[in-house]
Amino acid sequence: MSNNASPQKSTDLHIGAAVPGCQKKDPILVADHIKKTFGGLTAVDVEHLEVPKNAITALIGPNGAGKTTLFNLLTGFDTPDTGTWSLMGNSLSGVPSFKVAKLGQVRTFQLTKALGLLTVLENMKLGAKDQKGENLLTALVPAIWRKQDKEIEVKALELLSRFKLDAKKDDFAASLSGGQRKLLEMARALMTDPVLVMLDEPMAGVNPALTQSLLDHVLDLKKQGMTVLFVEHDMHMVRHIADWVVVMAEGKIVAEGPPDTVMKEQAVIDAYLGSHQDTDLGEVTGRIKIIKDGGQA
Amino acid sequence: MDWGSILNNTLQGLLTPTTLAFSLAALGLAMHFGFAGLLNFGIAGFMAIGGYGYAIAVLTFGLPWWAGMLFGIVGSIIFALILGIPTLRLRGDYLAIVTIASAEIIRLLFLTTAFTDVTGSADGLFGFNTRTDGSGFQNANPLPAGSYGAGPFTYNEQTLWVLIFGIIMLVVGVVLLWALMRSPWGRVIKGIREDEDAIRALGKNVFAYKMQALVIGGVYGAMGGIVYATFANVSPGVFVTSLTFFIWTSLLLGGAATILGPVIGSILFWTLQAFLTNVLSEVAISGILPVSTTQASTLRFVLVGVGLMLLVIYRPQGIFGDKRELTFVK
Amino acid sequence: MNILSSSHTNRLARGIAISFLSFIAVLGIAMPASADSVGEEYEAAILGNVRIDGEPIQGVRIVVDGNGYNAETVTDEKGRWLIGVPQTGTYNVTLDESTLPEGIAVLEGGATQEVEFGRTDRVTKNFFIGEGTRNATSLFDQIVARLVYGINFGLMLGLAAVGLSLVYGTTGLSNFAHGEMVTIGAVLALIFGVVLQLPLWIAIPIAVGLSAGFGWLMDAGLWRPVRKMGLGIVQLMIVSIGLSLALRYIIQFFIGGGTEQLPGFDEPRVTLFGATALSSTDLISMALSIVVIGGFAYWLLKTKTGKATRAISDNPDLAAASGIDVDKVIRVVWIMAAGMAGLAGVLWAYFRPGIKWDMGTQILLLIFAAVVLGGLGTAFGALVGALVVGILIETSSLLIPADLKYVGALVVLILVLLVRPQGLLGKKQRIG
Repeated sequence: MSNNASPQKSTDLHIGAAVPGCQKKDPILVADHIKKTFGGLTAVDVEHLEVPKNAITALIGPNGAGKTTLFNLLTGFDTPDTGTWSLMGNSLSGVPSFKVAKLGQVRTFQLTKALGLLTVLENMKLGAKDQKGENLLTALVPAIWRKQDKEIEVKALELLSRFKLDAKKDDFAASLSGGQRKLLEMARALMTDPVLVMLDEPMAGVNPALTQSLLDHVLDLKKQGMTVLFVEHDMHMVRHIADWVVVMAEGKIVAEGPPDTVMKEQAVIDAYLGSHQDTDLGEVTGRIKIIKDGGQA
Repeated sequence: MDWGSILNNTLQGLLTPTTLAFSLAALGLAMHFGFAGLLNFGIAGFMAIGGYGYAIAVLTFGLPWWAGMLFGIVGSIIFALILGIPTLRLRGDYLAIVTIASAEIIRLLFLTTAFTDVTGSADGLFGFNTRTDGSGFQNANPLPAGSYGAGPFTYNEQTLWVLIFGIIMLVVGVVLLWALMRSPWGRVIKGIREDEDAIRALGKNVFAYKMQALVIGGVYGAMGGIVYATFANVSPGVFVTSLTFFIWTSLLLGGAATILGPVIGSILFWTLQAFLTNVLSEVAISGILPVSTTQASTLRFVLVGVGLMLLVIYRPQGIFGDKRELTFVK
Repeated sequence: MNILSSSHTNRLARGIAISFLSFIAVLGIAMPASADSVGEEYEAAILGNVRIDGEPIQGVRIVVDGNGYNAETVTDEKGRWLIGVPQTGTYNVTLDESTLPEGIAVLEGGATQEVEFGRTDRVTKNFFIGEGTRNATSLFDQIVARLVYGINFGLMLGLAAVGLSLVYGTTGLSNFAHGEMVTIGAVLALIFGVVLQLPLWIAIPIAVGLSAGFGWLMDAGLWRPVRKMGLGIVQLMIVSIGLSLALRYIIQFFIGGGTEQLPGFDEPRVTLFGATALSSTDLISMALSIVVIGGFAYWLLKTKTGKATRAISDNPDLAAASGIDVDKVIRVVWIMAAGMAGLAGVLWAYFRPGIKWDMGTQILLLIFAAVVLGGLGTAFGALVGALVVGILIETSSLLIPADLKYVGALVVLILVLLVRPQGLLGKKQRIG
């Protein structure tokens, strides 16, 4: 999976040593003491985390490290036992998920949530914020919302053509391939004009032919001034596009740093190898592949 | 077998106040289940509140008929809000059980002897459509006394007035539902039906939308109960769980996620009921089958049950539904 | 019959009044028309005599309440009263103590007592009255009595609820036809015990066995095929609603709309302690429930199939992957659930009492309430839920009108779900 033009990496993001919980020069998301337990099992226990603004941060770690749970907590889809966090200085603790999205922090899901019973275009239009026609009373008077709906459609079509989905705009989303659905979900998230885009395993299950364009889209987000935080197992992708890598294991952040250095850290190697013994074979095989991928590059 | 009278009676079933009333309720269920994905098995409760609210407002509070109807509708809105707060966060199958229980609570409250003065207990309420002070629904009837129509469609002025009122309500209901579902609001509702987390992640207040859908569908249900009450007594024996199931059957027959499906489904269902009632009793009387007339009328409900099973197994999208817009997503 | 009339001479017996049971009335022959009566247009009636030391008391107010019907009358110069009711069933009869002479009160069972119709359409209700303070039954005794009745009812519900819960746990189906499985048990007992006149100890096991066989038939003939078709859980639920309607009316087709009784339904209740009175049928019913539920718990916890059942409820995919024959286990679950529901039907026929085409539907919501309260899919949760529902229903009638007792249970169900959506014993679904 080689790439001709290496993307422009953002560097010099942190203050002091690149250690877990280190300060960032310009953080967009700051989280403190986030803890979540499920029946005695600690799923997430993050002391401090800062996500650098206008950069691409990767969140990696073995299965069960608590990455998706952390995602759910930060986006209000789950409530932590303790902890506070804020987006650009606005506290998000206890804020319901839909308000988090309204504030500009939008997410995608590991299992894609393209709405199969709506057309691709309808999916896109759902993303747009502050629609007059989405109010129950004004919905009955098309004169109020028709003009705005047309504008939203133009924006949606433009995004769809960027994501090469414009030919499919009138198809039901259920008819798309897995990779196309991932693209649609990302495009739909962009309809909300986010400042922070959180992608949960954007490459999982995507046809290799589509990975390159997905990568380009993620890089594009940064060019347009957005911040990206993504969970990924594919080490190629992490190394290729991430400006900063946060490594989680057993709910804690064990390492942070630029991709080239952080992958070599003993704590990261331990995190991936350490939990070997007590997991079942299926998971181990998956993990070995990841390490090999990392080692080859 | 007197096919002439069977045909005549069946044709009468095409346009009756009952069909109109239950069509409105089925539209409400289409809003709840077909579009918003809410498994409401308490539509009979909404109908009871509409019908009783209207009757009680007229009989106990002495309101004129139109204010009584508004009272019934307000009652259903309050019921939807009270029901929605604890239940809309529940998973689908829990919602089904809780709504069915709520409708039964409502029915038992109307049935109990504790409030006989207001609710009439098991006898129900009657005599609220024609009032001595001229404020009743039939007092507002502009039609001169007489016989209207022809053949099986012959009505007296009272029935015709009920039919006209019911048809107006149904047409308004269909148009409003159509206007809502083609709007961006309807888009959000359809999205919620499929995956509420996806909609939440896009910054929409899913709970508020579900609540709005519950209230709107509930108002349709209450209107169904009100139209029913304009021609019949309201009693606890009407708004039973089986009524909910019959309305579900007519909804699924026509297609849950369509606008006209619930109406056509209801007409088909109740016409078929009229047909079966007549045919089966003829069969029993003429001795073609060795059954009593009571047994013959029981067979009708056996057929409804079997029909519902076959429908859901083999054609879940209904007669008019699009397989791709199938509602049973989860 | 009037064994208490001799207590007249016994000073310790507090001068208890006569409980006057009229054989004629029990045999269904109308009381003389001179009795002050209401509701004479109905065939069924509740009647009685108010006397103290053999002297009739005139002008005592009697209220009958239940099945959505309410009527009252006062006793005539001979102390007699009669209230006609539109249908047989269970009613509450209240003797208005304020209309009794000064210093006279109802001595046993409280001023409001339950009356159940038996095979006849006449039932006699007499109150033990005498000198004493009113409400002679202490609140504590009443609560204890209600608790015992509640446990009896709850155990019966539990038999039906654990099956429903297991079926849900293993197949995801909220089976609305479970009520009909209860009815079928009772109807089979009626066929073998009354129509074919077999002794009950043979008829009931046959009924339960055939109910279990019906469970096998349902799984083999309907549920397994539709599972293979890949129907969603909402579709399955609506299929079960259709099945419920069809079965219910098929039963009505054969047994009609009336009420039938099993032998021994009218065993007299014997006061055990305080205000608690149970019949031998009640005691056998409770013992049977406890034994069957105990056996079921052993099966679920200790046997291989039982363990497999719990594994499937926890995680069907994992269970299938670890070599459990899911279809076979589900088949066993259906057989057990139907068998227990059938037994619950027999017990319910004694508890109501009576066998009617919609008797199962009457308690379906309570069974669901028990299952949801305990946590959908957990067998022991369903049992706890059933006991809670049973006790709640019986004790709540101390506070609220008897015809609202189901409302109380259903309201509690909704309130519990508000606080603990996963039910009392259910696990919170882990997210992410």
